Amino acid sequence: MELTLAIAIGVLTGSGVWLVFRPRTYQLVIGLSLLSYAVNLFIFSMGRLRMGAAPVLGADGVANPADYADPVPQALVLTAIVIGFATTALLLVVLLVSRGLTGSDHVDGRESR
Amino acid sequence: MEHHPLLFIVALPFLAGLAAVLLPTDSRTPVTWLAGLTMLACVALTFSLYPAVSTGEPVRYTVEWMPSLGLDFVLRMDGFAWIFAFLVSVIGFLVVIYTRYYISPDDPVRRFYLFFLAFTGSMLGVVLSGSLIVLVVFWELTSISSFLLIGYWHHNQAARDGARMAFTVTAIGGLALLAGVLLIGHIVGSYDLDVVLASGDLIRSHDYYVPALLLVLLGALTKSAQFPFHFWLPNAMAAPTPVSAFLHSATMVKAGVFLMARLWPVLSGTPEWFVILGLAGMASLVLGAYLAMFQHDLKGLLAYSTISHLGLITMLLSLGSPLGAVAAIFHMLNHATFKASLFMAAGIIDHETGTRDLRRLSGLFRFMPITGTLAMVASAAMAGVPLLNGFLSKEMFFAEAVETHADSWVDRIAPYAAVLGSALAVTYSIRLIHSIFLGAPPESFPRQPHEPPFWMRFPVMLLVAACLVVGIIPGLTVGPFLHVAVASVLGDATPQYSLAVWHGVNLPLAMSVAALVAGAVLYLLIGDYLERAESAPLLGRLNGQRIFEQAMVAVSWRWARIVEDLFGTRRLQPQMRLLVAAAVAAGAVPLLLSGIAFGPFGTPDLAFAGLWCVGMGCALFAAYQAKFHRLAALAMLGATGLVTCTTFFWLSAPDLAATQLVVEIVTTVLILLGLRWLPKRSESLLERGGLWDRVRRARDLAIAVLAGIGMTLISYAVMTRAPGETIAGFFLDKAYSEGGGRNVVNVILVDFRGFDTMGEITVLGIVALTVFALLRRFRPAPDTIQRPEQQLIQRSYDEAEPDRRADATASDYLYVPSIIMQWMFPVVIVLAAYLFLRGHDAPGGGFAAGVAMAAGFILQYMAAGTVWVEDRLRILPVVWIGGGLLIAALTGAVPILLGDAFLTSYFQYVDLPLLGKVPLASAALFDLGVFSLVVGATVLMLIAIAHQSIRRLRAARQEEERQLEERQAWS
Repeated sequence: MELTLAIAIGVLTGSGVWLVFRPRTYQLVIGLSLLSYAVNLFIFSMGRLRMGAAPVLGADGVANPADYADPVPQALVLTAIVIGFATTALLLVVLLVSRGLTGSDHVDGRESR
Repeated sequence: MEHHPLLFIVALPFLAGLAAVLLPTDSRTPVTWLAGLTMLACVALTFSLYPAVSTGEPVRYTVEWMPSLGLDFVLRMDGFAWIFAFLVSVIGFLVVIYTRYYISPDDPVRRFYLFFLAFTGSMLGVVLSGSLIVLVVFWELTSISSFLLIGYWHHNQAARDGARMAFTVTAIGGLALLAGVLLIGHIVGSYDLDVVLASGDLIRSHDYYVPALLLVLLGALTKSAQFPFHFWLPNAMAAPTPVSAFLHSATMVKAGVFLMARLWPVLSGTPEWFVILGLAGMASLVLGAYLAMFQHDLKGLLAYSTISHLGLITMLLSLGSPLGAVAAIFHMLNHATFKASLFMAAGIIDHETGTRDLRRLSGLFRFMPITGTLAMVASAAMAGVPLLNGFLSKEMFFAEAVETHADSWVDRIAPYAAVLGSALAVTYSIRLIHSIFLGAPPESFPRQPHEPPFWMRFPVMLLVAACLVVGIIPGLTVGPFLHVAVASVLGDATPQYSLAVWHGVNLPLAMSVAALVAGAVLYLLIGDYLERAESAPLLGRLNGQRIFEQAMVAVSWRWARIVEDLFGTRRLQPQMRLLVAAAVAAGAVPLLLSGIAFGPFGTPDLAFAGLWCVGMGCALFAAYQAKFHRLAALAMLGATGLVTCTTFFWLSAPDLAATQLVVEIVTTVLILLGLRWLPKRSESLLERGGLWDRVRRARDLAIAVLAGIGMTLISYAVMTRAPGETIAGFFLDKAYSEGGGRNVVNVILVDFRGFDTMGEITVLGIVALTVFALLRRFRPAPDTIQRPEQQLIQRSYDEAEPDRRADATASDYLYVPSIIMQWMFPVVIVLAAYLFLRGHDAPGGGFAAGVAMAAGFILQYMAAGTVWVEDRLRILPVVWIGGGLLIAALTGAVPILLGDAFLTSYFQYVDLPLLGKVPLASAALFDLGVFSLVVGATVLMLIAIAHQSIRRLRAARQEEERQLEERQAWS
């Protein structure tokens, strides 16, 4: 399971990095989205993988910490997901406006060469 | 906090400066009164502290700042600080009076007084600091405010250059001083001046003594414009003359020698101190006086003379003998009085005749006899003529120069340098008087000269009177104050000294007479030559200013260009490559150096592996096809997102899963909305590039693969190892007992780390508003203005069929789904409410609920079209955003009223009808703010993009109608 997730993080990172290097704005948007999945999973995995141990306490609210997954990376990732959506929107709009101004969807605003 | 006169002395000028800005623009007289009264108040406050200071115990005022680091805001006044504070505030007061008449009504007077008062406050801060760190802070403040003062006439190139040079030199010195002070603090273990002053032996015997000394002296010598850093001072002459009078007499350049005298008990007495300061002082003394002779600008002459006199003070301090320190302190006072009066006189001459050029001025005495007399007395004091204050300290200087302190060649040439410097001082003083006031008046002045108004002359009169009184009866006037000052610096080492005018015929007197005679003879011999000389001979290329300018060009232009050529690019791709490659390298180096260790292999899970086979396949496909198959790539991206979401669910993170799911929906909608504005597939991009292109792609692929492998290794290594001590236990333990919630993730977000969340939602709101603002003026590319091709095809079909409405196909093709989506609207709202309400105890919460709510809104847009929704539903996203922020902030602020910290939460269980027992924590109210903001931000961004298509449609329709009208008009 750990190995699967580690490889998945690697593949997502690699795909994202590859796309971030590409010249089309749309590739950049997709690439950054893939990278943010990878980063979110990476941060999440820092709390180690647990099954059936959601950090939601029982009715009495008393907890043995060993019985629950680490809530801290989860809290970090939760806001990261929402902020990630916002920055994706911002990037998309910046790229659209840039395309409107320059007439090109190259990341530099004009074709290389 | 106890209010203390010391605090007022330092704070009043700053407060008055702020008040000056608030006065009306044309309030010349009120602002002068304000500044003048402030300075008078400082004088009075300083005076009120004299009885306390004269007992020998320093007056202290401490505000704890960071006690854990030993950093406090300490003000401290002993005799030496007292006499400086007195000098600064008195001369500051006189400068205010003088400025009233000097500065033209066209100049922005408020700004002048703002800078002036800030500078005065900083200078008072320097002299009254009781902690070395506080001293450095005020020291840098004097650099900044003097920069503003020198550059006051900023439309003038010389003023800008002079200000910049002064700032660069003194601020670099200030940084060195900071480093030196940190070293001293490290040696002593405290920055408190009293502690530092008591640790002289410890500092001098420490290994770091020499570096600390060099750094501190670098700060002091740059500030006091000592050789080889003297070149900034003449350039600072571009300042208004009142500023020069202030900067050159009691402040700015005096800060350097003040610091050297302040730290004299702990740093002096070593060979290093003696050689560095002895050489710098001697060189400044002789070189300054030599260059002063050749100046044609009156202020330039006085500036070089300042360098020379400060060289004299530095030399006295270098000797390390108590009598030298006495003479140095005494000369600081004397120099301040005669130099301030001379600068003010120079300003009067400039003001009344329109020129400061010694070659054009002549015979002024008959036009302004009073000013002339005053200037002559002050010049005589500068030259060291008996019965004036300059004579007394110069006598002490000669006496000390003759003494042997540390036998070396520096020591042996000291008396000759002293006499030479003094003789040159006599020469330039005579030149000043002779060429300005004596001789025949020229045929015309730029302005017809006459005496200035009385009050403009008044400060000069007062200062010259001080020169005379101190020079004739020193023991009765300055004596006691000087003694308190000297005793506070030297302590038990205070020597016996005599301020008498007449000590009998002795060697110092002979040296004085020799200097006076030699200077006069020299002027007789070369006076005419000085008038004609273009520049000072014999110095050749030894020009500090040129070296400085070349260094500035190298640093700020040539080197910057080299770095820019190496690393700068306007293209994004090379930057991204550099960034990622650097990140990969930064991760790889420690891995390669120390190796990587994995824990035991975890539990294999086939289903999970299968899930991720799909996820990875989708990611790779998206990466491969994002260039041409945008929609497919988006679908694949969404699939990867769903796999991620499932993973969160699988691995005990239901909150993340819920949030990821709804965010996935809105992200997909968002990108779909954006797709419409992207260009059509261009066949030219299909062409395979050349060899270079393939190499580039291979390199990118290599970096991407390396980055992926690196991430895999690191995350696998971490995941397989047992976690160490984490803070998870704390949160799990306290979530219910202190946060009143059982969903620990939510409690962390809205309670424990509420302040972070506050910041995050603020960012979210800002981003949404930015998106909105960017799209308000959105101009799409020309090829995307028309309706999309699909709509055109549908439309032409509708037009061809006589029984169909226009656009019927477009509006009806999703008829059934759109009806369902409309029905779903209340369901989604209930879902959002459900997610929100259970958030504190079960998976859910403001973030997930907010995005779900936003998804509900955007579904309506998709189902019925923008126009239909906007006709029926008024969503005010900006109100949601603002309301959310307000709720969150107010929830946070209420505890402050109750005496708790910001964002403290309270909770209680409440019975709600129908819903049963619901926990009601104030954190839930905060979560409501989060919810509202997330709804507003998400909806605002989505609607802003969605709205573009109807704006464009309207524009396109108007264009069509216009063309139709034109055609009809033609036919």
